[in-house]
Amino acid sequence: MELDKLYTDLILQYNKDMTNKREISCPALSEQGHNASCGDDITLQIKLKKGVIEDMAYTGTGCAISQASTAMMIELLAGRTVEDALRLVHLFRDMILGKVTDEKQLEELEAAVALKNISKLPVRVKCAVLGWHTLEVALEKELEKQKAKA
Amino acid sequence: MNISMIRNDFPILKTISGERPIVYFDNGATTQKPLPVLEAIHEYNSHYNGNPHRGAHMLAIAASEVYDGSKEVVRKFINAKSIKEIIYTRNTTESLNLVARSYGETHLHKGDKIVIAISEHHANLVTWQRVAQKTGALLEYIYIDKKTGKFIEEDFAKITAATKIVAFAQVSNVLGISFDPKPLIKLAHAQGAIVVLDGAQSAPHQSVDMQDLDCDFFAFSGHKMCAAGGIGVLYGKEKLLEDMEPFNLGGDMIERVEEQITTFAELPAKFEAGTPNVEGAVSLTAAITYLENIGFDEIVTHEKKLVKQAIEGMKRIPHVKIIGTDNPEEKKGLIAFNIDDIHPHDVSQILSADGICIRTGHHCAQPLHLYLGINASCRASFYLYNTEEEVNYFLEKLKTVRAAMGYSD
Repeated sequence: MELDKLYTDLILQYNKDMTNKREISCPALSEQGHNASCGDDITLQIKLKKGVIEDMAYTGTGCAISQASTAMMIELLAGRTVEDALRLVHLFRDMILGKVTDEKQLEELEAAVALKNISKLPVRVKCAVLGWHTLEVALEKELEKQKAKA
Repeated sequence: MNISMIRNDFPILKTISGERPIVYFDNGATTQKPLPVLEAIHEYNSHYNGNPHRGAHMLAIAASEVYDGSKEVVRKFINAKSIKEIIYTRNTTESLNLVARSYGETHLHKGDKIVIAISEHHANLVTWQRVAQKTGALLEYIYIDKKTGKFIEEDFAKITAATKIVAFAQVSNVLGISFDPKPLIKLAHAQGAIVVLDGAQSAPHQSVDMQDLDCDFFAFSGHKMCAAGGIGVLYGKEKLLEDMEPFNLGGDMIERVEEQITTFAELPAKFEAGTPNVEGAVSLTAAITYLENIGFDEIVTHEKKLVKQAIEGMKRIPHVKIIGTDNPEEKKGLIAFNIDDIHPHDVSQILSADGICIRTGHHCAQPLHLYLGINASCRASFYLYNTEEEVNYFLEKLKTVRAAMGYSD
């Protein structure tokens, strides 16, 4: 693949965007995501209020794809309900795996659509889904906890 | 040493990427195979394939002769005393696991110490962690000087009479530092410890002599020295191997099996359960012969030249940081580095688009990366078929990485 189709201006821009690369005080959820093959290592922090993601941020290190993808995810999912966030996580993963290619359907992912080309680059799939997968794990743990309570 | 003739022996090096042949600088991970190795495997499978040490038919006999014969080639290559000391495994990792399990777990007890280097590959680290956990032994580390990559010699004092194992790599797969392991081996022996030397990054690039080194165990992989994947070697001193438990159990490693008890085969068969990798052994024989025909002195000189050229060029590129020493005289044929602000994975992707293959990640040495305070690194590693022109091309492309990631300087 041509490099400019991978490292698009938008991805490079999000890679350097520090808006959501920060710590949240007293987060409800904190989850570490690690990609052993290349050493990407992030911690996602989430603040929840009545089933809505009130705030979300991340810290850690990783390649441009993982960092940009996580930043895009936070921008997209902050303010949404847990259920809606999980639905979009699944849609994102399906896009990266090449299962959903319909542009209309993918519109919902907003900036993260820029990562669509990763579906042609299997070695970078793990980088692209790192943040999303970490969020999924965190939210599912939370749902299980609530289920146990109820 | 005629590089263009050597390159002609390696079909894969003719692979075109963009407008030029690929530049393969990931030899620390695995090396490419020359025609004599590929032909030897083909020849074996076309004429001699059978199951060695089993059966009495002509192919079983031919396979046995080929397999056992290859041990003699390896014995000579590392100057072991006897083929009883040459055990075939899958790779360096399996060789080290064999030592850890069959020697470490049975010979160590609570209160004993294991001393290893912080720069070890996981194969020579996680294995000893496990031995320590199972036996109650204490695992201690020799640290390195973060600037030079050399062992901190004060840490050698950790090797005491309680130390039963001292394990380290002859050449670190990240630091690539060139050093003489003999004083450390002598020191360990003086305290009664046995020495496990990881030769994965040394045996392919320099001559190694078991009588001269006097280590107790030595492990290396075929695929890092032009042989096929799936064949590795464990050398062990005969008296130690005799006194060890078998590793895997099954066919060919037994002498007599009854319903409740079994006696085991002589060395080296005792440690080689199941049908062995005969074509791997064939490929290793062919690879050793190939490298010895070229000559290790020539290979060392050639790699030294490339490392010097690469380091000097890299030092002139802003934002490129070499890990460990940047003195080419002290480096073997591999250079780990980072570029400011750019994750190694991205560096590799950008270079790959220009046809250059380097390694990225933690190179199976996470504790070293943690100790150095870095997340991951890039690594360029050379072999006999790499050229000065390739190093120049690599340096040219290395200069473009930051711009490709949107940095203007």
